[in-house]
Amino acid sequence: MRQLVVALVGNPNSGKSSLFNLLTGSHQHVGNYPGVTVEKKEGYCTYDGREILVVDLPGTYSLTAYSAEELITRRFILEDKPDVVVDVLDASNIERNLYLGTQLMEMNAPLVLAFNMSDLAKRRGLEFDLDQLSRLLEARIVLTVGNKGQGREALLDAVVQTACEEKKPRVHSVSYGSEIEEELARVEAVVRDREKELAARYGSRWVALKLLEQDDEILGKVGAPEVRNAVARSVTHLRSIFRDEPEIILADRRYGFISGACQETIRNSVERRHDVSDMIDAVVTHRMLGLPIFLLLMYVVFFLTFTVGGYPMGWLETLFDGTARAIHGSWPTGWPLWVRSLVVDGIISGVGGVLVFLPNILLLFLAIALLEDSGYMARAAFVMDRIMHKIGLHGKSFIPMLIGFGCSVPAIMATRILENRRNRLTTIMVIPLMSCGARLTIYALFIPAFFPPHWQGPVLWIIYVIGIILGVILAKVLRMTLFRGETVPFVMELPPYRMPTSKAVLLHTWQRGWMYLRKAGTVILAASIVLWAAANFPRPSEDALAGLDGDTVQQKTLQYSIVGRLGRAVEPVIRPLGFDWKIGTALIGAIPAKELFVSQMGIVYAVGSQGENSRTLRERLRANYSPLVGLCVMLFTLISAPCIATIAMTRQETGSWGWAVFQLAGLTALAYVVTLAVYQIGRALVG
Amino acid sequence: MMIGRTVMEQSQTRPLSTVTTGDTVRLVRVEAGRGLNSRLASMGFVPNVAIRVVSNGHPGPFVVIIKDVKMVLGRGVAQKVLVR
Repeated sequence: MRQLVVALVGNPNSGKSSLFNLLTGSHQHVGNYPGVTVEKKEGYCTYDGREILVVDLPGTYSLTAYSAEELITRRFILEDKPDVVVDVLDASNIERNLYLGTQLMEMNAPLVLAFNMSDLAKRRGLEFDLDQLSRLLEARIVLTVGNKGQGREALLDAVVQTACEEKKPRVHSVSYGSEIEEELARVEAVVRDREKELAARYGSRWVALKLLEQDDEILGKVGAPEVRNAVARSVTHLRSIFRDEPEIILADRRYGFISGACQETIRNSVERRHDVSDMIDAVVTHRMLGLPIFLLLMYVVFFLTFTVGGYPMGWLETLFDGTARAIHGSWPTGWPLWVRSLVVDGIISGVGGVLVFLPNILLLFLAIALLEDSGYMARAAFVMDRIMHKIGLHGKSFIPMLIGFGCSVPAIMATRILENRRNRLTTIMVIPLMSCGARLTIYALFIPAFFPPHWQGPVLWIIYVIGIILGVILAKVLRMTLFRGETVPFVMELPPYRMPTSKAVLLHTWQRGWMYLRKAGTVILAASIVLWAAANFPRPSEDALAGLDGDTVQQKTLQYSIVGRLGRAVEPVIRPLGFDWKIGTALIGAIPAKELFVSQMGIVYAVGSQGENSRTLRERLRANYSPLVGLCVMLFTLISAPCIATIAMTRQETGSWGWAVFQLAGLTALAYVVTLAVYQIGRALVG
Repeated sequence: MMIGRTVMEQSQTRPLSTVTTGDTVRLVRVEAGRGLNSRLASMGFVPNVAIRVVSNGHPGPFVVIIKDVKMVLGRGVAQKVLVR
C-alpha cells in the first residue's frame, strides 16, 4: 500500500504540537522550507499496515497571503495535495478555531477535525453533537487529548478512512449571500475562461474568492486583463453596497456559517467561569505590579539555573578532567603524541568546555518551558511589551532574548515567533548581547582573579546588565535606522492558564537543549579540531623544546603556531584596549567557541588547559594585568563577535550571509569601541 | 447584511478603548490597514460580533473576550476598533 501524506494544521495554542508528537513519537525531522525561514516539521508513523508521513504545518489563524507561514501552509495543501488534512482545534473554543476550517473547506481539502484538549472542554461543561456537526462540516471529527496521549488510534482511523474514500464535492459550503455570490459567479466565469491553468490548479471558486479578497499572491498570478477588470468592478460594487472591504464581509459570512453550525450542535451546560483566571491576570498584568512580579520570577529562574545547576556542572567538570588525565596518563607508548594532544587538548577541552554547561542550560530551558506551557509567558510578553515597544520591538521579543541567556543558538531559532521581519532581524542582531553560558566560563575565571569575594556577585551582575543595556540601545538604533518601520500592533491571544504536563515540559526543554548539544557535537567539535591544529602547527623544533616541562612545551608551541603568530600580529591593534598578545591569542582561539578562551589562556600562561589549574592561572592573571584590564577583557568578550555556531544560525534564520557577517562585524566593532572607551577612561581615572 | 449608517447608529459608534470594564459591545468596523483588519477579522472581529471588555487598561492591559477567546489588544489597536 502506498504511503499516506497527512498535513497537520491548526490555530496557535491548539495543542497541535503535542498531537504531532503523539502521532510521530521520536520519528521526527525538523528542517526549513527552501528560501523561507519557516520551520518544516515532518514525522512518520505506521498504522494499519500503512506508512504515514505527517507534516506539521505552522500554526495559523487563517490562510491569507499576509504571512510566510500562511502562504507555506496553503501552498502545501493546494500543490502538494496531501491525502488528508487534519485540522487541530481547541475544543473549548470551536467557533473561533473553525475559521481556519472554513478556509480548508473552500480549498476542498480532505478534512479530519481533531477536537483537541477535549478533557478541558468536558470539564468546562461543553457537549458536542458530533454526528450532526460532522455532517454539517462534512468531515470526520475525533476527540483527542494530545498531551495525555488520548485519541491517537481514533484519529489515525479517521485519517485512513478519509484517505481511502472517494472525493466528493461539498454539499454544505459557506454561502456568502446573494450579493457576493453573484459577483463570485461573474469572476469565476472569467477566471475559467481566461486563466484556465490557474482554475485547474486551484479551483475556480477558490481563485475567485481570493481575488475578491484582493489576495496579493493570487492577484500576482493573474495576467489576463479581463480578469483583473472583472475583479476590480466586483470589488468596487461590493464596497459600495457593504461600506466595507469584501475581505471583511467574507470573514463575517464564514463566521456566520460557523455560528449556525455550532448553535445546533454545541451546548454549554456550565457558565463560563473566568473569575480565577481573570483575577490572576489582574495581578500579573497590573500596571504597577506586573513588571516587579516578572522580574522576581526571572530572578528565581536565574538563581535556580546557576545554583542548582552548579552541582551537575561540577560533576561534569570532574568527569572531563578525569577522562583527560586518564587518557593523558595511560597513552600507549608508540602512539603519536600529537594525537594525544588532539584528543586531550583539542577535543576534550573544546567540546567538554561546552558540554559542562549543559545542566545549566537545560535548567534554564526547563524553567522557560514551564512558564510557556502554563500560559504565563503570554502575560509576560504583554508586561514586557511596554518596555519593548519603547525600543521598537514587540513584547514577544523578550522570549528569544531570555533563551539567549542560555545559548544564542536556540534563541535565534526562537525568533520565529516574531511575525514582523524587521523586528525579527533586530532581535537576532541583539541576542548575542544577552550574555550566554559560554561567556560565563570567562567571567568565572576572571572575576575571582581580580575582585575580592564580596565584589564578585555585583561585578557579574553589572556585566549582564551592561549587555542588556547595550542590547536595548542597539535595538533602538537599529529600529531607527536600518530596520526602520511600523511597529507591529499588539494583538495577542491569552491562552487559559493550564497545569503544564511533565511530558510536554520535558519535551519542550529537550527540543531546545538538543540544539545546544548538537552545536557542541558538530560545529564546536569541528572548530576545536581546526583550532587545535592552528594552535599546534607549525611546531618549534625538538631542540627548542628539549628539557622543558609539559606546560612550558605547550606554551612555546602555541607561541610558534599560527594562532600564536596571529595573536602577536593583532597586538598593536588591541594594545589601546589594554590587551597584550597573550590575550589576543586567546581571543583568536575563542572564535569558534567562547568557551575555548579559558583553555587558550591556560596554555598561553603555561599552566595547561585543564581546569584544576585555574587557581594558578588566576594568580598569573592577577600578576600580569590590572583589574581594569580584567574588566575590559570581559566586556570585550561580552560584546564581540558571537561564536561560529551563532553566526551559522543567524545565516540560517535570516536566509543570507550578509546579515551574519553584519552581525559579526558590527558587534566586534562595537566591542572594540566600548572597550577602548572603558579602558582609556578607566586609565585616566585610576591611573 | 447591510451595515448602513443611520444617524442614530453613527452617534453611538465609539472606539473600543472607551468602553467600561465589564461591558459587552458589538463591533461596527475596524479602521486600520489591510493587514491588521484582516488579522483581526480572522480572529473573530467581524461586524456585529459581541466583544466583552474584561479589563479596560487603566491600569493594566486592554483585555477582551471575543468568540470565547481571551485576547490582549495593544495601544492603538483598541482605539481603531469601533463598536456600539
